[in-house]
Amino acid sequence: MRNILLFIRIYFNFLFFLCLMGISLFMVFSYNRYQHTAYSAVAGEVAGRISNQFSTVESYFELKRTNDSLMKVNARLYNQLKNDFELPDTVSNSRVDSVRMDTSILARKYLYLPARVVGNSVSLENNYLELHRGLQQGVEKDLAVTDIFNNVVGSIVDVSNNYSVVMSLLHRQSNVSAKLKRNGVTGSIIWDGVDPNFVILKDIPADIKVFPGDTVVTSGFSDKFPYGLLIGTVWKVDHEKNGQVASMKVKTAANFYNLQYVYIIKNLQKQEPSQLLNRFQKTNE
Amino acid sequence: MSSLVKNIIRFCLFLLVQVFVLNQIPPLHHLVVPYLYYLFLLWLPFKMGRRTQMILGFVLGFCLDAFTKSYGMHTAACVLIAYLRPFLINLLISQEGAESNYNEPSITSMGFTPYMTYVSILTLIHHAFLFFLEALESGGFFYFLIKTVLSAAVSLLLVIITELLFSRRQRFKTNTA
Repeated sequence: MRNILLFIRIYFNFLFFLCLMGISLFMVFSYNRYQHTAYSAVAGEVAGRISNQFSTVESYFELKRTNDSLMKVNARLYNQLKNDFELPDTVSNSRVDSVRMDTSILARKYLYLPARVVGNSVSLENNYLELHRGLQQGVEKDLAVTDIFNNVVGSIVDVSNNYSVVMSLLHRQSNVSAKLKRNGVTGSIIWDGVDPNFVILKDIPADIKVFPGDTVVTSGFSDKFPYGLLIGTVWKVDHEKNGQVASMKVKTAANFYNLQYVYIIKNLQKQEPSQLLNRFQKTNE
Repeated sequence: MSSLVKNIIRFCLFLLVQVFVLNQIPPLHHLVVPYLYYLFLLWLPFKMGRRTQMILGFVLGFCLDAFTKSYGMHTAACVLIAYLRPFLINLLISQEGAESNYNEPSITSMGFTPYMTYVSILTLIHHAFLFFLEALESGGFFYFLIKTVLSAAVSLLLVIITELLFSRRQRFKTNTA
């Protein structure tokens, strides 16, 4: 017993080091699987508050660009207004709908929530964004995030009370189901960590003809992203040596360098299909 | 200014510079990631206890991790260099009794060559360990090696620039007083 105590006393520094190292390594391997951890909620909240202060200053420098892009989006939306289109009148009886309820609410599937970006990085191996909108403002885990032109940015991985963390497309573990708009072939979008302007589209059969400039959109197979959100355009096609599948460089449509505002897309009809799938899997077990 | 206040200010400044300047600049190349924040640990006083140093390393790493959302990575690297720092200082100190005559490691207190060796070895260890943890989930050995060397070189350049810009005045303490 005395020897054990003596041992501990002599090697206390080393044991202390091992203990701290153990804690940090535990954090590395537990956070990477995207479990919401207790410390990440608190640390995220505090870091978010500090980042928020800085981004309020930084946003002034980006005001002009933000304004320009909002103008463009607004113009696009104005062009979709009903009064922009006029057909020659064929039936001229206008009638008041007797149902005073907006029936489209029941059918709504996707809801857009705006959020301000307070933290962003592009230079690291695994990049995250931090948004000033959290649990109390209706954000949940696994929601899709797009920029103001509705191009894919990433998905939410962690939420605290007022802030949320987005895993951007520029992350080694990000994986988005994508589709070539030209022929509807699906593949998946990953990032190789090289250039923040380019992501990789893989798992496309090699005999499919793809040309630079082809549009890549979301496939809509996951319950996160709606169908047809723009991810980017094909830049270069690499045919792999074994010739089975091709991977291609895709220029991202979203500009990750200056994200000021983003939209969080909430899927309101997520429950039913997933419940159905669960039930089906249970009966087949 | 007391050593405590000075170190608290340094802690905040290094962290803010790392998060809001170095992590924000567009990447030069995907293999070059500049780091400067760990210089805080290298500048800690000689006389600080080893456990205190490790705790400070842990806190510093964790704070950076909270911003970059890479929980544990920088923490582990910082704890490692905080643990190894006293060994290196003992090995490299050239003048007799420099620890008692000066406050903290610097070019004046240790001499140019020993100090640069001290900084470069710890820089290499920090980067190697950090990128090793990163490479565990992605990337091969070659990638890890090149990234470590290139990033360490750029970080060392930053450290040298910082040393030149903010020359720390070191008072020579005599133990006769």
